[in-house]
Amino acid sequence: MSILIDHDTKVLVQGFTGAQGTFHSEQALAYGTKIVGGVTPGRGGETHFGLPVFDTMAQAMEAAKVDATVIYVPPAGAADAILEAIAVEVPLIVCITEGIPVQDMLRVRMALDRSNSLLVGPNCPGVITPGQCKIGIMPGPIHRPGTVGVVSRSGTLTYEAVAQTTVLGMGQSTSVGIGGDPIKGLDFVDVLERFMADPGTDSIIMIGEIGGQSENDAARFIKDSGLKKPVVGLVAGLTAPPGRRMGHAGAVISGGGDTAAAKIEVLRSAGVHIAPTPAELGTTLRAALGG
Amino acid sequence: MNIHEYQAKAVLKSYGMPVLAGQVVQSPDEARDAVRALGGKLCVVKAQIHAGGRGKGHFLDHPDLGGVKLVHSPDEAKAVAYDMLDRVLVTKQTGPKGRVVHKLYVEAGCDIERELYFSLLVDRTLRRIVIVASDAGGTSIEDMAAKTPEKIHKVSVDPALGLADHQARELATRIGLHGPLINGFAKVARSAYEAFVALDASLVETNPLVVTKQGDLVALDAKMAFDDNGLFRHRELLELRDESEEDPREREAERFGLSYVGLDGTIGCMVNGAGLAMATMDIIREEGENPANFLDVGGGASKEKVAAAFRILLADPHIEGILVNIFGGIMRCDLIAGAVIDACQKTGCRVPLVIRLAGTRVKEGMALIEKSGLDAIVATDLGDAARKIVAAVRARRAA
Repeated sequence: MSILIDHDTKVLVQGFTGAQGTFHSEQALAYGTKIVGGVTPGRGGETHFGLPVFDTMAQAMEAAKVDATVIYVPPAGAADAILEAIAVEVPLIVCITEGIPVQDMLRVRMALDRSNSLLVGPNCPGVITPGQCKIGIMPGPIHRPGTVGVVSRSGTLTYEAVAQTTVLGMGQSTSVGIGGDPIKGLDFVDVLERFMADPGTDSIIMIGEIGGQSENDAARFIKDSGLKKPVVGLVAGLTAPPGRRMGHAGAVISGGGDTAAAKIEVLRSAGVHIAPTPAELGTTLRAALGG
Repeated sequence: MNIHEYQAKAVLKSYGMPVLAGQVVQSPDEARDAVRALGGKLCVVKAQIHAGGRGKGHFLDHPDLGGVKLVHSPDEAKAVAYDMLDRVLVTKQTGPKGRVVHKLYVEAGCDIERELYFSLLVDRTLRRIVIVASDAGGTSIEDMAAKTPEKIHKVSVDPALGLADHQARELATRIGLHGPLINGFAKVARSAYEAFVALDASLVETNPLVVTKQGDLVALDAKMAFDDNGLFRHRELLELRDESEEDPREREAERFGLSYVGLDGTIGCMVNGAGLAMATMDIIREEGENPANFLDVGGGASKEKVAAAFRILLADPHIEGILVNIFGGIMRCDLIAGAVIDACQKTGCRVPLVIRLAGTRVKEGMALIEKSGLDAIVATDLGDAARKIVAAVRARRAA
């Protein structure tokens, strides 16, 4: 079992024929992802990897109803691409693009909240259910089918959690990169909720970082949920100075409760097993599982 | 991107924000002339740096002088300007090193009846632009939030509807404004909101927004910051950028698409991804040493990019070792290995170097390093990498 995507998930690619879209679609197809076509405005009627290219999402959805779409459109057009996917009611939208203006995302959020679509990202590695479906830019070979649900704000730290659980033989049910932007789609709570309900997920690793309140919301959710499955947590940025943006827009300590130390404390008090270092995500989980 | 007070006032004024007359000056003579031009009487001389807390700050050379000074004559303005220009101003926000003042803003004075706080920002939890106001102007919002949260009032704006005047009037009444000031406040809020949205701002703050004895609202201070992700559609704003306010290493890094923040430690880090970069810093401290920097090389790292990263790391005189930590996703390990080898051979690496590679094409990357004969310590995982760089740095210190 898994969450969000599995071997039946049919996927469209927005920004299909661009450099990013091309590179990662090739990887995804090789992994076994059921990509059924893509959209690049102005290139409708062509084929790419033998798959149809459409001018609009409406045309693409008319040709074949899909379960998910992945967006590799550059920042200036990415918010519009998400809105286009919402307009044709794609159930799951995964936006990889980094650098979308915050105010564009405010409008996207509003449209999203009035729809039934789910958004993962932007500025994220995507979603993978190992051995079944890979939507995004994560390296396939480090994954292995298993029972750990991974949810993370950081791309490469997600890979760290995945690789450590793979090495220890636990594998992953699904790994979700929710992205580093301040305004985004699914947050920790949305993903944790699904992992808690998924019979194929026995334990969870969540990776947060400085900035925002999402980890605090997650801690509250975990506490209220009665902690049915062990959760291992890490919050990156203990050494990050306040007021300095660390890389992407979401990672800045700006007010109360959004330092790494404060978040770690809140998560710990909710029963989350805090990994002492980022190198000990796997071993902390194994210990929490009693192994 | 941050801009100076005088620039923020000019921007906001063009959207209808009430501000006082003023001139930006760069010499004592210009300061004197500016006061003359403004009527020769009461004026305020304000140091222009990208940091708050100027009024309560002090100059290193003149501990009694803050960054905001009332003057009563052109000659006094000249003397004050002489004491401020090209000198270091230390405030709560600059840190102990302070900032050199290159420009002053000379502004007409006014009779203050009340000081209000007023700002706009994006609330991450509400996912909306919020307008924040308080009748406790002059104090920092952080202090206010900590001591008297009940004095902070907010309204959030529906992005589809935009700011409605009634929301602004409501806010005006909550901070105790009466009569014509209610519509006056609504006008201030509208102008700030329009500027905020039109320019992809991330912050508009005027503290204080004052009510004058004549009953007018005036933005006595103004701070504006812009969303870096939105700058591509506002090229005109780039002209407002003041590079002298930025860390030269960070500027150099930015030119190559690197994200760099200088810190106080001794172990330089080069990592892909912001989260992993922070985690790498954290684990170095866990092992008992301190990181010299945050450096995210991003997704696609070219030879030029990696070479620039090494140059920037090695330019730090405090650096005693370098840890390269790459988990390849989009980034191919063989490409980064080639670039690291190239950079080391060209620029030379005077400190111990630990390389940890994982992910896409890791075997090929490791093989390249082995074949090159590069004097680097190879690590198998993140924990191993942190232990090895700390051990290498300590061994070098002991030698």
